[in-house]
Amino acid sequence: MSLTIPSIHYLAILPVLILFGGAVVLLALTALVRGALRTTVATGITLLAAAGAFAAGFFQWANIDRYGPSTTIAHAVVLDGFSVVASAVIAVSLGLATLVAHDWFHREGVRGAEYHILAMATAAGAVLMTQANDLIVIFLGLETLSIGLYVLVAFDRHRGASSEAALKYFLLGGFASALFIYGAALVYGATGSTNLSTVSYFLGTNVILRPGLLYAGGALLLVGFAFKVAAVPFHQWSPDVYEGAPTPVTGYMAAVVKVGAFAALIRVLISALGTQMTTWRPILWALVVLTTIVGASLAIVQRNAKRMLAYSSINHAGFILLGVWAASARGSAASLFYLATYAPVVVATFAVVTLVGGPGDERHTVDSYRGLARRQPWLGAALGILLLSQLGAPLTTGFYAKFAVLAAAVDGGGGPLALLALLGAAIAAFFYLRWTIVLYAESPEGAASIPVPRATAVAIGVGVAVTLVFGVWPGPLAALAQHATVLFTS
Amino acid sequence: MHSSLWLTVLVWLPLLGAAAALLARRRPGAPFAVAVATASVELAVSLVVAVLYNDHLAGAHTFDFVGRWVLAAPFGLAYDVGIDGISLLLVVLTALVVLLALLGAREKRSEAAFVSWLLMLTTFTMGSFVARDLLEFFIFFELTLVPSYFLVAHWGGAQRSRAALKFFVYTFAGSAFLFTGLLYLGFLHQHQVGGPLTFADAALASTSMSHATAVWLFVAFAIAFGVKSPIWPLHTWSPLVYAEAPTAGSMELSALLAKLGSYGLLRFAVGLLPLALSTVRPYMLTLAVIGIIYGSALAATTPDLKRLVAYSSLAQMGFVTLGIMTGSTIATTGAVLLMFNHGVITAGLFLLIGYIERRRGSATIADLRGMQGPAPVLAGLFTVVMMASIGLPGLSGFISEFLVLVGAFSTHVWWAVAATIGVVLAAVYLLWAYQRVFHGQARDIDQVPDVTHRERWVIAPIVAIVVVLGIFPKPVLDRVTPTAHQFVESVTPAGVTK
Repeated sequence: MSLTIPSIHYLAILPVLILFGGAVVLLALTALVRGALRTTVATGITLLAAAGAFAAGFFQWANIDRYGPSTTIAHAVVLDGFSVVASAVIAVSLGLATLVAHDWFHREGVRGAEYHILAMATAAGAVLMTQANDLIVIFLGLETLSIGLYVLVAFDRHRGASSEAALKYFLLGGFASALFIYGAALVYGATGSTNLSTVSYFLGTNVILRPGLLYAGGALLLVGFAFKVAAVPFHQWSPDVYEGAPTPVTGYMAAVVKVGAFAALIRVLISALGTQMTTWRPILWALVVLTTIVGASLAIVQRNAKRMLAYSSINHAGFILLGVWAASARGSAASLFYLATYAPVVVATFAVVTLVGGPGDERHTVDSYRGLARRQPWLGAALGILLLSQLGAPLTTGFYAKFAVLAAAVDGGGGPLALLALLGAAIAAFFYLRWTIVLYAESPEGAASIPVPRATAVAIGVGVAVTLVFGVWPGPLAALAQHATVLFTS
Repeated sequence: MHSSLWLTVLVWLPLLGAAAALLARRRPGAPFAVAVATASVELAVSLVVAVLYNDHLAGAHTFDFVGRWVLAAPFGLAYDVGIDGISLLLVVLTALVVLLALLGAREKRSEAAFVSWLLMLTTFTMGSFVARDLLEFFIFFELTLVPSYFLVAHWGGAQRSRAALKFFVYTFAGSAFLFTGLLYLGFLHQHQVGGPLTFADAALASTSMSHATAVWLFVAFAIAFGVKSPIWPLHTWSPLVYAEAPTAGSMELSALLAKLGSYGLLRFAVGLLPLALSTVRPYMLTLAVIGIIYGSALAATTPDLKRLVAYSSLAQMGFVTLGIMTGSTIATTGAVLLMFNHGVITAGLFLLIGYIERRRGSATIADLRGMQGPAPVLAGLFTVVMMASIGLPGLSGFISEFLVLVGAFSTHVWWAVAATIGVVLAAVYLLWAYQRVFHGQARDIDQVPDVTHRERWVIAPIVAIVVVLGIFPKPVLDRVTPTAHQFVESVTPAGVTK
């Protein structure tokens, strides 16, 4: 018996290779350079890798345009428009978050390149998840992403909360991973394969008389994903982790984990288990309602900006799930569009939170924002716009993101569901607005001006620019997302 | 046919003015000057549009100044403008009220921001009134929330934060229904005729649907518009918000934003879903009548002048709803005219209350006594505007209320009878409030100066409109009636007498 090496289409995995390669190069450099590596070098390499991964997307896109979507490495990895766009979003989030983290390092006096290495590795894991066509590859990507994040969350060694959050995340995340892999095993038992295309083919051509095994497997997979995207009722970890993690890491997590996990979820539910739609759609229906409404309601009572944003991010997860629930090409495109517009906004929002947090990363009560827009009109206006975008105000991308998923849901026969989700958005409006009121309130006596370092300013500027430019002119980005979801199924 | 460029100028000019005002914020007085100049040009352009408007264009129903551009095909998003006799008056009203609000209710604190928000609000309101596309209307409709929220939250009274939040969340929640409904309607249309997603009025109006679907959609639309309008029982946000908003904010909210609700109800709920009318009409008429009587009753008992106008607006908007839902040409004409008249009159009332507040530091009726002696001109102005609101024959309020009631009497007698009680109640609460504010003896009587020259000039256009339209409404009616007639024809099934 001989082992055959499957053929590898290197262009398909180029972004993963670039990101992982960047991590390896940086790792080697830290060993070779005498003393600690300068943060600027580490940041430079990370930005280069992010830019490279982003640029690789153009070549991939051209390839798909010419030859159509394809699989490689024994059909375990897909190259299609969906993965290209999702990977590009991850690359952008990585770049922006690195800019924010760079200034954070200077402020906190932290040296070394561990953060950068881990960030690149986790981004590689997330990109792999968007391309995975096999439950095992999804698991591989998921673990690469998660394990790196556990360390990143614990990165701020001076704060107990950081380690506590990491432990919590690690224990619960470990559980979720175990559930996921158990689900994968059950699905394998029921269908004889872990490959998504094969599973889909098997379910399409066979009648399963006793679907218990398949259902159990699917349910466990769904729980695993629901945990990763923090869908209610699997969300309890997220406020604590968002609060405890160093703020730049929180921003990075909020963007990248969502993109990776949702991309994989869409593949599993729609490509592999599309034939079982009637079974999983009611479950997702309940998840959407719980996630949008509970997320928004619990956010109202928060006094800590990071916890509030954690619940807000839960609320957003509900909307992205709404696109998945639609179970259509339009729905997947909408979810992708939502992710693409949400990621830069959330990274930029946490960039502002990082700045306001101040030395020690401690000032995170909503009261710390009192009068910010009066002292620093630009910073305040930027945060105001980012919050309005998350609220879904027209002329920002947030509006079209919500429009897209709601349209998909209504098109898929989910009028009442869309209405419930929108009422969740109305509840969410409450705390976004309360925050903007504080922003524009009278400035308290003796409040100091917050320094805005250049790199962070760029990250915030990009987030605001994306939300305003595509908010006024959403056509190109929407067309891209729609074009990108010719899902690969064979 | 006239160029749509006119309307494009009307919509976007205030936004440019807002940007210019922000740029000029370092020079004291400059933002205000820029804003007043912008609003004056805006009013001039709107008057030119009103004069040029031609309702006899072939194939465009009664629309003029039309133009349509698709902006983002996947969303069915388009920029589609045009006006007919229904929107024409509201366009003029929008331009008029913003100019008066700027001149009569100037806020010196962070003035650049204040005038910018006011001008932005004008852009969005104007955009809503000239939109001929449901999605475009919805976007402008939602956008009006942002400036009005900031206007209330920054320049409002003691409870401004609470009021601003309440206003935003109420309207936003109401909009959720409209949004879901419009998406549903858009897809229904797309599935029937194929082609790209579109929300153009003319296209959506041809959608065929079951009676039940029409009723559900109507309910969804009516909730959104009922919050904004407000229609009883969705009005609960309005007294607090009108009372806490700065004078300019109250003027914009009651004179313009409330009209967005009734305008939407007429144009989109009735216009796009005529099938639902046979079922929903009695309920809507009943809500309108309850609003009239309930609003009048509360207006009589409330201790605050601004809240009084808020409740009286609830009653007046009840008449508008009555006219819209009655569905005859004469009542629809009356409703459209009443929207305009009520806008002018409440803007005037809030302006005068602003004058009073500036003099006495309070709008609580019990604090104000005996203002007639030291301020006879103010009292006189108040009397004219108040009488118009009561509906005294010879002033503008009478014509529109009369048309609505005549239209309602011919088809829905009992509702009309009940609504007439509201006319009497209006006289009761306004006259009683007038007595308490202007008659009697005040303790600090010498300290109340009369209206200044500038204040007189600001209120003068309102008084002029109130008087002229009361005596000679023909030019305005001539512009509204063809559209109202054509509109009623299009929503009435064949064989039904109007």
